[in-house]
Formats: sequence, structure tokens, C-alpha cells
Amino acid sequence: MAEAANAIKFKGGEGRIPDNVVYFARVLRKAGMKVGPAAVRDAVEAVQIAGIGSREEFYWVLHSVFVKRREDHEVFDQAFKLFWRTRDLVEKMIAMFSPVAMENKQREKLKAGETRVSQALFEGHEKQRPPEDKPMIDIDARETISGNEVLRQQDFAQMTAFELSEAKNAIAKLTLPFDQVETRRYKPSASARKIDPRATMRAAMRTGGDLILPRFRKRRKVHPPLVIIADISGSMSQYTRIFLHFMHVLSERRRGVHTFLFGTRLTNITRQMRNKDPDEAVDQCTGAVKDWSGGTRIGEALRLFNRQWSRRVLGQGAVVILITDGLERDSIDELDTEMDRLQRSCRRLIWLNPLLRFDGFEARARGVRTMLAHVDEFRPVHNIEAMADLVSALGEKDAAKADPRRYM
Amino acid sequence: MSITKPLPTSIDETLALLSSQDYVANKALATVLFLSLRMKRPLFLEGEAGVGKTEIAKVLSKALDRPLIRLQCYEGLDVSSAVYEWNYPAQMLEIRLAEATGEDDRTAIERSIFSERHLIRRPVLQALEGTGGRAPVFLIDELDRTDEAFEAFLLEILSDYQVTIPELGTIRAQEPPIVIITTNRTREIHDALKRRCLYHWVDYPAADVELEIVRLKVPGCHDELSRQVVAYVQKLRQMDLFKSPGVAETIDWATALTELDRLALDPETVSDTIGTLLKYQDDIARIEGSAGRELLTEVKAELAQAL
Repeated sequence: MAEAANAIKFKGGEGRIPDNVVYFARVLRKAGMKVGPAAVRDAVEAVQIAGIGSREEFYWVLHSVFVKRREDHEVFDQAFKLFWRTRDLVEKMIAMFSPVAMENKQREKLKAGETRVSQALFEGHEKQRPPEDKPMIDIDARETISGNEVLRQQDFAQMTAFELSEAKNAIAKLTLPFDQVETRRYKPSASARKIDPRATMRAAMRTGGDLILPRFRKRRKVHPPLVIIADISGSMSQYTRIFLHFMHVLSERRRGVHTFLFGTRLTNITRQMRNKDPDEAVDQCTGAVKDWSGGTRIGEALRLFNRQWSRRVLGQGAVVILITDGLERDSIDELDTEMDRLQRSCRRLIWLNPLLRFDGFEARARGVRTMLAHVDEFRPVHNIEAMADLVSALGEKDAAKADPRRYM
Repeated sequence: MSITKPLPTSIDETLALLSSQDYVANKALATVLFLSLRMKRPLFLEGEAGVGKTEIAKVLSKALDRPLIRLQCYEGLDVSSAVYEWNYPAQMLEIRLAEATGEDDRTAIERSIFSERHLIRRPVLQALEGTGGRAPVFLIDELDRTDEAFEAFLLEILSDYQVTIPELGTIRAQEPPIVIITTNRTREIHDALKRRCLYHWVDYPAADVELEIVRLKVPGCHDELSRQVVAYVQKLRQMDLFKSPGVAETIDWATALTELDRLALDPETVSDTIGTLLKYQDDIARIEGSAGRELLTEVKAELAQAL
């Protein structure tokens, strides 16, 4: 309750509150929240309107202005506790901007977001650590599968300008089958199907209403959202780089592309992929993903996807491209249930399997057989050297060959 | 028109306003609601289905005695069904009449055809019609169901409270409406829209709050039964279910049990009425097995201990 008393004490020197809100916003920004100048202005206004009552009220006043996503709640919570806790604000400001190391507080387990927040508060006070050398991994673990979780970092060779232009050309040629959905919006049309009353009226006005000539419209077609879920386990490591680039170019060219990677855990890399520069995007992905070239748990990853993401990204008739070799070590039952649910939640489920060595593919592995029963299209690829191979495998041309029943 | 109930002037007043309509809210919600009323900003509510997001708008319109205008979003919602539409048959008729009377001034014809008489007002336009002290509560429900194009269209309305009709000009609200936006997070709403709003995540309520809600909403419910119902639902939410039951489901369940004249939970009753609580077959299958029985005994043991 001493804190509540402190909060009330601010009332005396009310002139300082706006300054402190600005500092607080800076801390939040450094901790990774999106806090723009408009939000700061709003916060000051909100504090003035609500007045400074209890600490709890003050907390929620700032919360309602600064927090715009549910994920940010934790960061805000920690930042608020750290920032508005000390008895003397000036003292804290001095600590913040002077090179004296903060005293180590006894603390139990760090809560989510706490590290980031204290980094933001006391930036530059940590000793300079030498940059870690990231090892290049050259192990080709193709056709080896395991369910064990191995956490690894991974670096990928950067994309050359030639590769980039090739990739863009290839993707431009990509037409997925069933890749157009009719929306309930209209655009003008020349064919006499549906009358557009608004356009008709407007055109009639041009002649002063003497001549009412019908105008027509038709439904507008758009690409449905696309969700790509790619396996990055050891057995797929050879192709991971090309998949990342594939995802990046697609995210850039189409709207509504969501990208996920999984090995032993599932990572959403949609935000990272939005980065314009392909190398930066891939770099950010390598930072976000912890399980490069480890084991595979397809069923578990799909379960997580179904539970946490399917309802958020599979709306509006999304198409799912699942990139994996289907070599599952864990329970086949779980894989069966989750594949079933995934197929039911999306408009079309396309499985791209890059691990085929020869044309006469037979689905022998149990995981592969289980998954085949639940996909709408099965697209096997022999060898992916360039984006063009990937594109031709996914293209409309081979649609007839993609029926999964051919392989069962 | 008479000036109706004034807006609350403090957070506690907001809390009292909500509870006067039997809406149990916490401090967090009251704060954000108070600020949105005072700062005249839209309130952006996000949360799982059935936690009472839509209810807030209804309660607010009742408590402040203002009309509620609801825009239910769906895929393909467009300007002609959200904002305005022209009455084409009447316009055609108008042209014929002009012809018959020999009117030949083009601008005059145009003005009479595209006049407010022939304008059909849809929810967005209605929401901008509020006058001093009686601006409506404008509920934009389940915004995530519509597409990004409509979201972008809302930006003009939400920041300046005006819409532009090409034939008529810009229509601006005399007094901005109280805007409440809800979403279920079936897709992410763009930052540009969120930036203009005050954001609040509506969470499942804590056990004591939920008990109070059940008591208020299902007055006939036996005291012990309501305790058990709430404890059971709270336990269910901790399980790894595909869809956890919301408050709406708790109320439904309590009502169903009251209608069946139950005074306490037993395994048969639970399995007979579980359909009001869980809506996915996988979840129901899990609870109908031994897990459900264990859950019930746990709940009963805990309640017995508490007494």
C-alpha cells in the first residue's frame, strides 16, 4: 500500500506526471511495444481526465492507451511495476541515464517480458558481451528422423541478386489450382449478367435522365488467404533455405499469407517474413526459431496450430500448403486426428512432399499413409534446386496428378 | 429532444452505471470504458466468444438511455449495406415525373434525384445522426468477420466521424456516437485501426465475479448449485479444451439446470446437459469419460473444504 501512497503523492507535483509518462512510453517502446507519439499524447490526456486515484486506476488508465495487443499485456505489466515503483522518481531517472550499475535485486524466476523490459530500462549498463559466433551447420541430415528435441541455431547463405530475380519470375508464373474465390463485392463488367443500379443512375444523369442505359457488374475475384506450414526438421534441412525464400517472395506478392515453421515446436514467422529484404527476413526467422534441423513432431505441431492459430488465420476460405516429408515418429493417432481437423478447417489442404527420389513413389511410411487420407492434393517433388522446381510442383498444370488416392 | 442521462464523471461512477444494469465489471473494464466515453474514442474489445463483449454495448445503451445501432459484420459487407444506398425505383419514378412535367434543367433534376429523400440510411449513416446529448451507441460487432477493405473504410468514420457520399457531399456527425467494436480474433485487425481506439482484452471472469454474474442472471438458481456450476466451469477452462466455455455458456448451463429442478450436480445431469457448455465433439467426448467424473469429485471436494 506504500506504493498507492506514492502514487497519490504525485498529485502535489502534477507538472511532472506528463514527463514521466513520456519516459514510461520510451521504456515501453524500447521493450518492443509499438508506442507512437500519438499514444503518448493520448496517455497524458487520459491521465488528466481520469485523475490520479489509486495505483490500480492509474495502471488501467495507462494500460487502456498503451496496450493494443493482448500479447503486450505482460510487457506492460512488468514495465509498469519496474518503472513506477521507486520512491523517488528523480533517483530512478539518474539511475537510468548514468553508467552506475543497478543494484541486484533479489528476485525469483523472471516473468515473461521482464528481461526485455529491464533491458529497455537499464540499457547500456550491461557489460559489453563479445558477439557470439554462429556456427554454420553443414550437416546433411536428410532421411534421418527423430522425435528428440534438439535446439540449434542455423545460418543460411544470403540470396544473390540473380536468385532473387529468378525466384520472383518463378513465383509470378505460379498459379495454384482453385486459387480464385468470388467475393461478395462487385466490379463493373461488360457482360450483361447483373445490372448495377448505382452506375446506371449515375450514367443516366449525364443525359439529364432522357436516356437510362443499363450498366452491369460482376463479382470481384480475389486470392484466398494462404497459410504455409513448413517442416524444418533435420530430414528437411537441405531444402529449408529455399522454402524460406519461397515464403518470403509469396508474402511480398500476395495479401493474406501466413507462415509457420515447425520441427519440435511451432513458430509463427509471419511478421518476420513481412520484412522487405529477403536476407533480413530470413535472418529474423533464424533468430525467432529455436529448433532448426532437430527432430520432428508433426502431430504435436499440427495440434498446436489447430488450437492456437487455425481460428485466427484460416478464416475466409484459406488454402493451406503443408510442406513436410511426413516421417512421423510420435503417435500416429494424434497425427490422424489433427490432420483431419486441419482439413476440415481450411478450404483446401495441399501437401508438398519434397523427399521423393524416384517417380514410382509408394506411401509406405505409416505417417505418410495417415496423412494422405486427409489431404486434398498431394504434390511430390523429386529434387528442388531452384524456386522454379517448387513452383512447377505446386502449379495448376499438374493438378490432375495431385489426387492423393493415386498414392494410397 | 430532452438531454438524457449524463456520461459518468469518474471510474467508480462508470462501475456503478454498469452494475445498475446487472453487468458485473472489473476496474480494468470500467477504466477503459470511462476513458473512451470521456475522450470520445472508439472502444475496441477483443476476447473469446461469450465473455460479454456485445453485452457491454447493450448495457451502455440502456444505462445511458440512448439508441443502440448495431452493424453486424460479415464477409463482403460493403458500402451499400453498411453506409447508404439510393432508392433506385423512386429515382426512376422521379425522372419519369420530371419528363412528364417538362422539367429540363439538368442540375435541378440531378438535385431532386440525388436528394436525401431517396437516400436509404444504413447503420453507419444512422450512427452519425446523433444530436446534442443523444448520440447513439454504435456497435460494430465481430469486425474480424469482414475483410480488410471494409476495415480501411472505417478509418475515416472512426477518426473524423464523417462519411463522404459522392453525390451529396460529406456528412459529419454533430455529436460523435459512442463506438464499440468487438472482435473474436479470427484474424488480426490492422494496427492503423487499433491505434485510433482504446483497446481492452475481455478475459474470462474470476470465480467470485462469475458467481455474482450467475446469481444476478439466473436468480432462481439454488445457491449450492451455482457454486458448483461456477467451480466446474472454472476447472474446465484450465483444461486444454478446443473451446473453453464462456460466461454466456455458464449462464445457459445454470439456467438449464434450474429448469430441470436440480439442486446439485451429479454425473448423469452433467452428461445430459453438457451440450449447453461445450460445443465441440472432441471436447464433449473428453468430458464424458472418466475425466469428467474426476473433475466433478474434485469440484465437490474443494467446495466442501471451503465451507
